[in-house]
Amino acid sequence: MLRNLAQLVRYRGLIQSLVARELKARYRGSVLGFFWSFINPLLLLLIYSFVFTVVLPGTHPAELQPFALFMFCGILPWTWFSSSLIEASNVLMSGGNLIKKVLFPAEVLPIVTVLANMVHFLFGLPILAAFLVYYRVPLQFSELAWFPAVVAVQLVLTIGLALIISALTVHFRDIRDILSNLLTFWFFATPIIYPMSLAPAGLGRQLLNLNPFTHLAVSYQEILFYRGPFGHWKWLLALGAASGAVFFAGYFVFDRLRDSFAEEV
Amino acid sequence: MPPAIEVVGVTKIYRRYSRRRQFATLKSALLSGTMLRDLRADETFPALRDVSFTVPQGATYGVIGRNGSGKSTALKVVAGIAKPTAGHVRVQGRVSALIELGAGFHPEISGRENVFINGIMLGLSKREVARRFDEIVDFAELRDFIDAPVKTYSSGMYMRLGFAVAIHVDPDVLLVDEVLAVGDESFTHKCLDKFAALRRRGKTILLVTHSLNLVERFCDEALWLEAGTAKISGDPRRVVGAYITAVEHGEERLLAAENARAREDAASAPVESVPAVSDPVTGTEAPPADGFRAAEGRWGSREVEIAGVRLLGGDGQAAHLFHSGDAVTVEIDVRAAEPVRDFVFGIGIFNADGVCCYGTNTDLERFESEELSGSGTVSFAIERLELTEGTYKLDVAVHKRDGYPYDYHRLLYTFRVKSRTKDVGIYRPRHQWRFSPTIRLRLVLE
Repeated sequence: MLRNLAQLVRYRGLIQSLVARELKARYRGSVLGFFWSFINPLLLLLIYSFVFTVVLPGTHPAELQPFALFMFCGILPWTWFSSSLIEASNVLMSGGNLIKKVLFPAEVLPIVTVLANMVHFLFGLPILAAFLVYYRVPLQFSELAWFPAVVAVQLVLTIGLALIISALTVHFRDIRDILSNLLTFWFFATPIIYPMSLAPAGLGRQLLNLNPFTHLAVSYQEILFYRGPFGHWKWLLALGAASGAVFFAGYFVFDRLRDSFAEEV
Repeated sequence: MPPAIEVVGVTKIYRRYSRRRQFATLKSALLSGTMLRDLRADETFPALRDVSFTVPQGATYGVIGRNGSGKSTALKVVAGIAKPTAGHVRVQGRVSALIELGAGFHPEISGRENVFINGIMLGLSKREVARRFDEIVDFAELRDFIDAPVKTYSSGMYMRLGFAVAIHVDPDVLLVDEVLAVGDESFTHKCLDKFAALRRRGKTILLVTHSLNLVERFCDEALWLEAGTAKISGDPRRVVGAYITAVEHGEERLLAAENARAREDAASAPVESVPAVSDPVTGTEAPPADGFRAAEGRWGSREVEIAGVRLLGGDGQAAHLFHSGDAVTVEIDVRAAEPVRDFVFGIGIFNADGVCCYGTNTDLERFESEELSGSGTVSFAIERLELTEGTYKLDVAVHKRDGYPYDYHRLLYTFRVKSRTKDVGIYRPRHQWRFSPTIRLRLVLE
């Protein structure tokens, strides 16, 4: 396993070109091309603004203004997370040709999926930044310095989960359907469209704390939206350690099942 | 020098998809609590059984065998794509496998980008691909289309680009799986030239193919796989020869079974069915076009019955597969319920298109019937079967001089003629070429 993991470093050129290919191929043939990476989150932001200021006003604490921006801080990374996992569940099957016909390190495929979605996430950041500036949300450098760390933790966690999901889906195709439902549930079980402060004290809060994405969402919100120092860093570091464990577990599962892929996909 | 490829006692067991396994789901696995056990197969199919072979460095090694004999699996095991269930494989140096050309191409992006990505997938660095890029594009003859998306390519263009990339990876060991079948004549030649160039540079080539000719011409050694086991290996001519013989035996068995079935059907044919078709052998009543009608069957009054028809080879053994020029005897067992005085035996040979290659009968050859009573055997001995390669069918009949059929067996017996010369037509006259001294040719014996 460790030898394979070390080999992965050798494939960084391949991963790089595949991510580039993924991004190029996605918008090939569309008129707006790369701009969709900006437009998609922008439209999402507009929809949520509309829903929560016109359709459902007053369902959120008054101090969270503008509320759409608050949600956007969580939805943008969530989109990265959830689309990565959904695509990862299918990636070994759609890349079956490579696994069956070319000597090819299969783990590259889920990793590329996660990275390509991360690039989309990064493309969404300028939109977010523009709105932060527009609404004069004060940003502090000491807080922003944590931002890469949050992204890194999310990256490690997502890759770990993507490895497990992609490997298991080869054997149990049901995971694809289970996953999309699970992710919907997961989305609402994460303080993204509501603040953590609304969570009921006691058991409810503890359950939310068990959800790893809670800490990512809260971290993004604290850094980008809330005023005051970044107070969630202990949780973030703990999650970082846990994500490392998830990554190794994911890689272990993937490595164990690797030999079956060529026969099953 | 260690061998380039060493395969030792390799067994590869594939899981066979039974109904139950195919629908195995997470739910069923969780419910029965056998998640890990279910990942193991219960119904298995051995694609390779204890196969060992060694390919020395710089050798060209051919693997032949029927469909499903495990050739491609062997190649995948050597390539490292499939992992052997037992045994081990050692390969020295960089491997490039031509299993499916252009397997990693993305249809939406340009040929240029695909060349880079495919090259990197096959183990080159970006700089190495850049250095070979022009060579690759020229080899694929796609200079004008290299910036078009690959989805707009024809399948030939696609294959050529895939081949060009794979061959320019500059492998130490090249694995080729029946990919020469793509592309036109000139591209195939180019590929063979490229193989020859690799060979000259001391690279090792493992070739899986159905083209026995290629194996004989090109390989230093060959292996014949049969149902997952290594049958024989060694000198390509010997291996190919043994393989051809076995294939012919298989065909022979198939033809024998086919003929037995036809005979059974004929035996159950109703006795009174006398169709309006007239005798094609004598051709007395029917217009010639009727004689070419390829409807098989049996009819006749059965006053004289054809009880059995056998094809015998030169050695007197029953056979269904002959070589052009072999001696062949057709034996017809007849039985007359009552003694008859008016009877003619006829034989016709038809090719697969239903063209009558030859037809004759005892009347045409001036035999006058005197008496047939009880059982007897008629032999029709052909000294040399001078037909070209193909499948032929036999008409066998006994009828009256005026064409009234006693028992008519129409196209019920099949035999096959094999030939190592790929000449065309139906009839091969015995012939010889002669040249005046100013015309020089050399006979290349295989």
